[in-house]
Amino acid sequence: MKRRSFLTSAALALGIAGLGAGAVTAGEKVKAGFVYVGPVGDFGWTYQHDQGRQAVEAELGEQVETTFVESVPEGADAERVMTQMALGGANIIFTTSFGYMDATIKVAKKFPNVKFEHATGYKRADNVSTYSARFYEGRAVIGTIAGRMTKTNKIGYIASFPIPEVIRGINAAYIHAKKVNPDVEFKIVWVYTWFDPAKEADAATALIEQGVDVIMQHTDSPAAMTIAEAKGIMAFGQASDMSKFGPNAQLTSIIDNWAPYYVERVKAVIDGTWESQDTWHGFKEGMVQLSPYSDKVPADVQAEAEAMKQAIIDGTYHPFTGPINKQDGTSWLAEGEVADDGVLASMNFYVEGIEGEIPQ
Amino acid sequence: MPILEKRPVPSRFWARGTPVLAVLMTMIAGGALFALLGKDPVEAIRTIFWDPLFSEFGFYYRSQILVKAGPLILIAIGLSLGFRAGIWNIGAEGQYIMGAILGGAVGLAFYPAEGWHVFPLMIVAGALGGVLWAMIPALLRIRFGTNEILVSLMLVYVAENILRSVSFGILKNPQGFGFPGSRNLSEYPAAANPDLIEGTGFHWGGVAAVLMVLLAWGLLSRHMLGYQIRLSGQAPRAAHFGGVNPDRLVLVCMGISGALAGLAGLFEVAGPAGQLSPDFNVGYGFTAIIVAFLGRLHPLGIVLAGLLLGLTEVGGAIAQQNLGLPAASIKAFQGMLLFFLLAMDVFTDYRLRPGGSRKEAA
Repeated sequence: MKRRSFLTSAALALGIAGLGAGAVTAGEKVKAGFVYVGPVGDFGWTYQHDQGRQAVEAELGEQVETTFVESVPEGADAERVMTQMALGGANIIFTTSFGYMDATIKVAKKFPNVKFEHATGYKRADNVSTYSARFYEGRAVIGTIAGRMTKTNKIGYIASFPIPEVIRGINAAYIHAKKVNPDVEFKIVWVYTWFDPAKEADAATALIEQGVDVIMQHTDSPAAMTIAEAKGIMAFGQASDMSKFGPNAQLTSIIDNWAPYYVERVKAVIDGTWESQDTWHGFKEGMVQLSPYSDKVPADVQAEAEAMKQAIIDGTYHPFTGPINKQDGTSWLAEGEVADDGVLASMNFYVEGIEGEIPQ
Repeated sequence: MPILEKRPVPSRFWARGTPVLAVLMTMIAGGALFALLGKDPVEAIRTIFWDPLFSEFGFYYRSQILVKAGPLILIAIGLSLGFRAGIWNIGAEGQYIMGAILGGAVGLAFYPAEGWHVFPLMIVAGALGGVLWAMIPALLRIRFGTNEILVSLMLVYVAENILRSVSFGILKNPQGFGFPGSRNLSEYPAAANPDLIEGTGFHWGGVAAVLMVLLAWGLLSRHMLGYQIRLSGQAPRAAHFGGVNPDRLVLVCMGISGALAGLAGLFEVAGPAGQLSPDFNVGYGFTAIIVAFLGRLHPLGIVLAGLLLGLTEVGGAIAQQNLGLPAASIKAFQGMLLFFLLAMDVFTDYRLRPGGSRKEAA
C-alpha cells in the first residue's frame, strides 16, 4: 500500500471547512437544499419533490430559504452539488434519488453539522436520515380498480428498473387485480429509465398493441397517459395527478405527497430537534394519496377501493397478507401471515401467476 | 451583398482565434438567453465563469473542475488523433463504459484481497475494454467498408445495455439488498483511485491525462506515425502514395482512442463515481468530441478546452443553485459553444468580401 502512504499526511482542506458549516444560529434563516434527479417539470417524481419544497416555503415562510439543483447525474456530480449546497450554508439537504446514496453518506461525513435526508435508500448516519413511501399500498388499490375495470383482462405495466420498490408495486397491483378478477393477465415492459417520455410512449403503444386496455406505470412522465387518452383506453397516473394529460383516460393517480414530511423535518432543524431516523410512510400519514376517482369508475368499485384504503389506514388490512406463493410455486406467506418490512424492502421475486422473469 | 470567398490557404489567425471568439459569442448569446429568463445576465455569466475559480469556495470548485476535465481531456486526446486522420470515432462513450465495466470487474473479482497488483491490473483491463470495443467498428470498416461513425455510435447503446445488465446482474453488490449497482470501489483500498493529494481532484486519471497530452504532442510533432496521421487527414491520396497503410492507421487510431476512453472510464469508476450503476455514464464520451474540436485537435488546445467545459459544468450547477437558472438553460449554453465554434470556423477557410468583387479576386 505504498501507493497511498503519502496521501494521509495531506491536510483535509475540505474537512476543515466542513466543521463550521451547517450549525444553526438563532434568528437566522434555515437553509434547505434539494437535489433532484430529473427536471422539476417532469410532472412526476421530481415535480412532486419540488411541490414539497414549495410547501416548505409556503408553510415556514420567513424562517426558511430553499434552493434546488435539478437534473443532477448520480455519482461524482451529485457529490459536488451536495458539497456546493453545504458550502453555501445549507442546514438540511434532501437528496431525492436512490442513486445518491453513497454520495450522500460521503458528503455527510465531511459536514457533520449539516442534516441530510436521503430518499429511498438504506444507509444512515448520525446526520443522515432516510425516508420513503409505501407506494405499494396505493398499488394495491389501483390493482383492485384495474381488475374490476378491464374488459380485455389484460393490464399493461410500464416498469422502470428491476429494483425492490418497483417489483413490490407490480406484486401488490397483481395480487389485488387477480383477487377481484381471476382471469386477469399482466403485461410488463421494462424501460430502464425513470424519465424518458419517448421510451415511455413507445412502451404504452406496444402494450396497447398487445390488447391491453388498462395501463399502470412506474415511470415519471405523463407520456403513457397521453397515449392512453389518444387510444381511448384507461390508465393510472403516477406520482402526481395527471388528469390534465388524460381527462378521459385517468381512473385515478397515486400521488407522492412529500410536503408534510419536508415541512416536519425542516421545522425540526429550526427547533433543534432533528434526529436521524428511518421513515416509511403510507396512506395513514398521507405520504401516499390517491387523486379523485374518475366518473368512469362505478360507485361500487369506488366504494370497494375506499374501503381497502381505509382498512390499510386502520391497520386492519395489509396488502401483503397470506396465503401468497412466489412465482415458482413455493410458499412465501402462510394463511393470514403478513409480510415483514425487511422482506418487502429487498423484494426481488414475483408472486405466483405473474408471467415472465425479472430481468437480471 | 457580401459574399463568402474561399481563401487560397486557411487563415492561421482565424484557426487560432475562433475558439476565443466562440466563447465570447456564447457569453453574449447565453447572456441574452439568461436575460430572457429574467435573470441578470452579467451575474449569471460571472457565476458560471468566475465563481468556480475565485469565489469564497474556489478551493473546492477548482478541484471539481479537474475532476470533470480529467476524463474529458483523456478521451479527447485519443479522439483527436483519429479525427486528424479522418477516422471518426463517435462512440467513445461506449468505450468509456466498457473500460469501466472490464476494469471494475477485475477489481471486484479481487475483492476483498489487498495488494499492490490489483489497481495496475484494473488499469490494463480498463484500457483493454475500451480497445476491444473500438476494434469492432475498426475491423468492420477495414473488412467490410462499414461507416465507423454509425457503428461506433450504435455500440454506445449496446454498451449502455451491458452496463445495466451487469449492474443488476453479475456485478451487483451482494450486500446491496437487491438494489442495483456494484460494490463501491472507492471504499475498497486496493482498487480505489482517490485524489493523490486529498482535496485537489487530481487522481491517477489526471496523471494519465497529462502523460497522454505530452505523448500526443511528441507523437504529432516528432514521430513518423504522427506525420502519417496528419498526412492522411490533409491529403489522403498523397498519404497513399507515401506508403501509409490506411487499414493499419484505422486500427491504430481507433485502438488508441478506445484505450484512452476505456482508461477514463476505469479511473472514473474507481474514483469519483465509485461504483458501476445503471446510470454510471454521464456523457463524457460525447462531450469529449466538443472538447477535441474546441481545442483545434491540438493537445494543448484540448487541455484548455477540457478545463473550460469543466468550468461551465461546475459553474452551471452553482448558477442553478444561486440564481435559480433551469438546468436546461445551462445545457443550451454549452451547446451554443460548439455551435458558434463551427459557425466561426467558416472564416478559417473563407473570407467575407463586399458583393460583386468576385471576378476581380479571381
